[in-house]
Amino acid sequence: MTDDRFPHPLNRRDLLRLGLTAGAASLATACGWQGGPLLPALQGASRLNDWVGEKVLLSSRHLAPQYPHSARTPENQFPAYAISRPLLPQLADPAGWTLEVGGLVRRPARLTLAMIQALPRVRYTVKHHCVEGWSAIATWTGAPLASVVALVEPTPAARYLRFDSFDRGYFNGWDLKSAMHPQTILAYAFNDHPLGAAHGAPLRLYSPVKLGYKLTKYLTRMTFTAERPGGYWEDQGYPWLAGV
Amino acid sequence: MTEPTEKTTAAAPEAPPEPVAEPAVLEAPPAVEAAPAEADVAEPEPPAPPSRRPLVKRHHGLVRFAHWANALLLVGLIGSGLQIYMSFPHFGPRGGPYFPNPWDGKPFPPRVRLGGWLAGALNWHFALAWPFVLTGLLYLAYLAFTGEWRSLLFRPRDVPRAWQMQLYYLKLRREHPPQGKHNALQKLAYSSIVLLGALSVLTGFAVYKPTELSWLTALFGGYQLARYWHFWAVWIFVAFTLVHVTLVLVVDPASLRAMITGWYRGRFPSHD
Repeated sequence: MTDDRFPHPLNRRDLLRLGLTAGAASLATACGWQGGPLLPALQGASRLNDWVGEKVLLSSRHLAPQYPHSARTPENQFPAYAISRPLLPQLADPAGWTLEVGGLVRRPARLTLAMIQALPRVRYTVKHHCVEGWSAIATWTGAPLASVVALVEPTPAARYLRFDSFDRGYFNGWDLKSAMHPQTILAYAFNDHPLGAAHGAPLRLYSPVKLGYKLTKYLTRMTFTAERPGGYWEDQGYPWLAGV
Repeated sequence: MTEPTEKTTAAAPEAPPEPVAEPAVLEAPPAVEAAPAEADVAEPEPPAPPSRRPLVKRHHGLVRFAHWANALLLVGLIGSGLQIYMSFPHFGPRGGPYFPNPWDGKPFPPRVRLGGWLAGALNWHFALAWPFVLTGLLYLAYLAFTGEWRSLLFRPRDVPRAWQMQLYYLKLRREHPPQGKHNALQKLAYSSIVLLGALSVLTGFAVYKPTELSWLTALFGGYQLARYWHFWAVWIFVAFTLVHVTLVLVVDPASLRAMITGWYRGRFPSHD
């Protein structure tokens, strides 16, 4: 081969541009950079994604696919997280537990487990999606959140819901549209047996349209708000809507 | 509108030290001229020296913008993607079995990751994904509206040409097959990379909203398989980039300048 294979050496300016591009690229991957001065832009993009997720992609008519019992994940393989771990959050007086429902509502309520179990019942076998990337299938039984919302009659100012727990202050904020999705339930049974301490006993929020960290376990209180509540993980940078 | 200034600035440092700066427009590209010479065993006409080749406008500003923007965006998307992967470095349901993966359960070194932890990486990934989609669409719209797709789309008639090109690269064929703006293997590569981009975006959506877009997720075989294809797309991108950059530097370095300034003075000046 002749030297024609290298007919046109790069000139200095081209190399400079190439270097700048490569430099910017390697800077961006330099370890754990969370954005620095770009962080507000990233958070803005996250809010935009929340908006698209809630207004465009989430549909109360679209139901999550259901699976046969045979597709269930072995129970000992179904992860169960709590921020109190390694201790499991447990009530000193389970019989005295109630769910307090208040905030911007006309009829605040204090519901016992028996009252919630007397509400309409939803049971489905669905896939659980964790933000980490794992998935697992289980059967959940509970009362549609919409039926509790109907009981307390939120005022027109109510736009969000805050869920509190006795897991060392773990909490989440939800948009009303996701909360009213027909598959969003207050669950009291896991794989057809009463919810255990690992999965949020006595009552947890469940929905196949949200990532796992939005599904508050060990519920104590449900509050309707006008302002968007944060959340334990959300306040640390996780996407707020977390719709799947 | 930026073209005139670009031409002057681009041509200035280009001028070779020799004073022979004659207008090169009438020169026929030697590679194309060699077309009927396949049976002709005689010495092929030596290619014109680099300085006498025509300077042609090769890449529109929009294409160059899309190219470099996507290159940067891919670096960020892959870096944050590898950070996200670390949270559950397997592909398959809880309890297994996991799909074959040489990196199963293995961490990636910090210097190739972006975001520091899962939430930081997610925010990068979901912020960069939209510009990636938009520049991709912008590029495709440009190709569609200007008809430039004709010099890029790999079609059935390119199959034998790609074979000839491959023979040439394997040194089983002596002279470079005739080509226009791109040879058939390039068309194959640049058509495939668009498909790979589309695959990445679609599997990305399938992983992002596996319930709300359950039809799309099902199309890829479910959530865990969609993650799996999304992950493999990374390695195809990486392999493509390595081969792409190597061939640019070895075969036609002038094309790097063309992708930066838009102007090309190299072996393949035809724009068909």
